[in-house]
Amino acid sequence: MSEDAIIKKFMYVNRKSPYGTIYALESLEVVLITAAFDQEVSLTFTDDGVYQLMKDQKTDGIGMKNFSSTYAALGDYEIKKIFIDKESLEERGLVLSDLQELVWEDEDEDYAEKSSINLVSRADLSKIMNEQDIVMSF
Amino acid sequence: MSLEVNGKSYEVDEEGYLADLNTWDTDVAEAMAVADGAPLDTSHWEVINFLREYYEEYQIAPAVRVLTKQIGKRLGKEKGNSKYLYELFPYGPAKQACKYAGLPKPTGCV
Repeated sequence: MSEDAIIKKFMYVNRKSPYGTIYALESLEVVLITAAFDQEVSLTFTDDGVYQLMKDQKTDGIGMKNFSSTYAALGDYEIKKIFIDKESLEERGLVLSDLQELVWEDEDEDYAEKSSINLVSRADLSKIMNEQDIVMSF
Repeated sequence: MSLEVNGKSYEVDEEGYLADLNTWDTDVAEAMAVADGAPLDTSHWEVINFLREYYEEYQIAPAVRVLTKQIGKRLGKEKGNSKYLYELFPYGPAKQACKYAGLPKPTGCV
């Protein structure tokens, strides 16, 4: 891609639980496509969206593909900022260790793994959203 | 549509991608490559095997940029570039190698 290519800040806001609707999977697909075009992409998980990152998901009983392992590939797509809404997590009786650990690899430091997860308050989330060029809600 | 290899039948879509990942074996990969006019060698297999492992772990076929970076990490910098991968898979590294690996066609990439 040429050096003067326009890079915009995209944030995808995930609000729904993973399997009741198609939103979570659709969001993930759009995220991967956007990131493949060298844009600056971040993800927010809020409301029931925090359930999307739950560890040990099993979908055999509902006959749907378990796509939760795909979130671990986000680091490969240079997505290094994952925001978790602190209040949403607390309201559901969850803690950060209930969620997947997502990392990205720093090529400049011999592929050292660095955490992509940021636990933020709603007030801070609102500020971060204001810094984006494009915010899409799913 | 189906593809016949050594008396075994494989269901494929209109572009030649396997309908079911689980029906894949090395015979069908070889047969697809021969049909495209370029039999597989060790270098091709390194990429195909990587793609199968990546899919197994993350449930997606990686975009070409991710493929290039990961190949560089695993197989060495001299292989982690588009030139090398396009020489191996002239129809587009992700697209063609994914087909031989039995994976779905990657979304929105070459």
